[in-house]
Amino acid sequence: MHDDGRDVLITGVGLVSSLGKDTGEHVAHLCNGANAYAVDEQRFAPYCVHPLSQLDFAQQIPKKSDLKQMEAWQRIGVYAAGLALSDAGIAGDAELLQRTHLVVAAGSGERDIGVDCDVLDKLSQTDDSTALAKQVLPSALRPTLFLAQLSNMLAGNISIVHGVTASSRTFMGEEIAGLAAIENAFRRIAAGQIDIAIVGGALNAEREDLLLGYELGHNLWKGSYASVWDRAGAGGGFIPGGMGAFLVLEARAHATARNIEPYARIVDVATGRCDRTGGATQRALAELYGGLRDKPTGPLTVLSGASGAAPATAEEIAFIESLPSHGAEPIVRAFGSTFGHGVEAHFPTGLALAALATRHKLTPKATGNAEIERPFTGSTSNALVTCVGHWRGEGLALIGAA
Amino acid sequence: MMNDHRDAMGRPLVAITGAGIVTSLGRDKAENWAALTAGRSGIKRIERFPTDGLRTNFAATVDFLTGEASPAPALTIELARHATDEAIREAAIGAQGRFPGPLFLATPPAELEWPQRKALYHAGRNSGLTGYQRLVDAAREGDWDEMNSLFQFASVGEHLAQRFGTRGIPVSVSTACASGATAIQLGVEAIRRGEADAALCVGTDASVQIEALIRFSLLSALSTRNDQPEHASRPFSKDRDGFVMGEGAAALVLESYAAAKARGATVLGFVRGCGERADNYHRTRSKPDASAIVGAIANAITDACIPATKIDYVNAHGTSTPENDKMEYLALKQVLGEHLTTTPISSSKSMIGHTLSAAGAIEAVISLLTIHNGMLPPTINYDVADPEIPLDVVPNVARPARVETVLSNSFGFGGQNAALVIGAP
Repeated sequence: MHDDGRDVLITGVGLVSSLGKDTGEHVAHLCNGANAYAVDEQRFAPYCVHPLSQLDFAQQIPKKSDLKQMEAWQRIGVYAAGLALSDAGIAGDAELLQRTHLVVAAGSGERDIGVDCDVLDKLSQTDDSTALAKQVLPSALRPTLFLAQLSNMLAGNISIVHGVTASSRTFMGEEIAGLAAIENAFRRIAAGQIDIAIVGGALNAEREDLLLGYELGHNLWKGSYASVWDRAGAGGGFIPGGMGAFLVLEARAHATARNIEPYARIVDVATGRCDRTGGATQRALAELYGGLRDKPTGPLTVLSGASGAAPATAEEIAFIESLPSHGAEPIVRAFGSTFGHGVEAHFPTGLALAALATRHKLTPKATGNAEIERPFTGSTSNALVTCVGHWRGEGLALIGAA
Repeated sequence: MMNDHRDAMGRPLVAITGAGIVTSLGRDKAENWAALTAGRSGIKRIERFPTDGLRTNFAATVDFLTGEASPAPALTIELARHATDEAIREAAIGAQGRFPGPLFLATPPAELEWPQRKALYHAGRNSGLTGYQRLVDAAREGDWDEMNSLFQFASVGEHLAQRFGTRGIPVSVSTACASGATAIQLGVEAIRRGEADAALCVGTDASVQIEALIRFSLLSALSTRNDQPEHASRPFSKDRDGFVMGEGAAALVLESYAAAKARGATVLGFVRGCGERADNYHRTRSKPDASAIVGAIANAITDACIPATKIDYVNAHGTSTPENDKMEYLALKQVLGEHLTTTPISSSKSMIGHTLSAAGAIEAVISLLTIHNGMLPPTINYDVADPEIPLDVVPNVARPARVETVLSNSFGFGGQNAALVIGAP
């Protein structure tokens, strides 16, 4: 295979979720975790959420003054980014950090629920249209909260806490944010614009304001837990999952020169947007797959990012079932069934899991719906990560052995 | 590998073949240029919500496109549509509703506002619930399609992709107040990498809503000259006291020079270089030595394959905050050196306020107009020079100048620094 040193390798992984606080715990889950998931059905009923594992944020964010400036979403992301930088042997290397580019997929930080409820309560007791300006907001809001809410402030905090400063770009747009971030870092490295980048995102699922945002479009799964494949018949919907996923991506020549062992290679990334009319999602995914380079034949682990939203998830199954026409034998595993849906962080999480699976030559255990997720005991050297946005955006990443 | 379609590094040259702009000063390039060169301010008292008791009650709002009661994202979309219509019309590219390339969009983060929260709270009045439980319950039980279509983070991009038929995912970027420049940089890079022959780069912002105004106010970032709104934005003056929020949008059609020439398009100018650098000093302040700003500007000039002495004019970030204007001067002094003493630098924000996510794109279009018209737009309200910032700010009155190459700066909270070098055709 032609390699001019611009192969894009994954050389660091930082991953936190409801099922683990580091890569080791996630590898253990992939090996043994049949049907294991952590879900809270009560706290935000009728909605389920996958609550984040208890993290000791001070391990990655030592300064109390920094912690105080961040809401949970940013802490999760800064923590995961720190793990990835350590894993890749970059943490603390000032010279290298100044050459490391930062790419983040983000929504925004949490509102202060107490303040909002207070304001709503006061507003409901007055007809004075000037009340908001005069009495309510100036005393209720505090400056630091604003900075916690800006989308690019996850990136800002990663720069401050970890010292990543070559550049900083934040992409937005629900799942599209994750697609754009991964694709941007991948293409810049492949084209020789940059040598090394850290890319990822984070989601704090345990937020009522987040649930509100997604329920405006009736996107959430209601009632008891079900796997993503089993939701289609009952109207569909996603279960938010707390997660943070960051990857260090690096040109092969650069990784070789500093003697770091890569997890895997990103062979190709493809993204698109269709209008989601009947059949459009399936056609879009087929077209994206057709355009990928170096498609493998034989057993192929498909780490599906299906959200459970209808009808997108059903169309994704139809696409996956068409893969044998390309010579691939798909072994499907929906990581959203166990981790929940990470929205902006979902695609980066899929790539993180693919990196772990590839390095350890393991196929994750099946988790629910045995017709779609068939058992497999062999090993594969390739993985296809899918991410179909709950309302917009489709993307694929092909991962191979380094 | 060098030919007239490539730059000194062998990369495809990136031409600008269409540009559109809307600000508080007007709805297109002609109206904006006339006002900018006349030194007119678009800043005025806010009428769209009550400001009684607020420390700042003025902004450079755009009030002529949508009704007063429209939520911020509706105006954000309308501003972007308007500017993009002008840019695509000028470029005469693609078929109606089928732009032959990707969309790179600078847009503010999406967030429900108080009218929406109030409407949901009211809708849930019979649920017996309080607080967010009541809001979420109302969301579940009601039909909020229109609200939903406006308040997702992908909303603005989706509306534009639908209308203009751009290809691929609509890419929305936030680098805070540098977003507009970053959107242009993304388009330049896509063309240089050969992924696209054309790209639509848009910056849009309509953030003048009550909570956003109060938040900036609480950070002590805004001017409080309530008695003289049109004189409040005073970049580089000694008596500057903060920035003024502004609204607007700009759009640029970028094309590889080869593709533009092949279809006989008129080239308005080139994006010759882009630079960026992140600062890790503080969430809202620059490193005291300005090194991150210096890095972004120096990277842009290097990327343009020119010496710093080729910069004829700087369209400054120039927000009118005490901190920004001082740091921007310090950085320019380090990069341009002696050349700075003979380089004019003006801030359009003295007239249109700080258009936040849109600023980098709006100021790129103003840079293009500066080259095209051979006229430097002034920094208005420059009455009291700041001895610590000895610059030719084109004080108060526009003046003719031959301009081949412009440096346009954009900086933002979160350590964001970006710069563009825009050149004559």
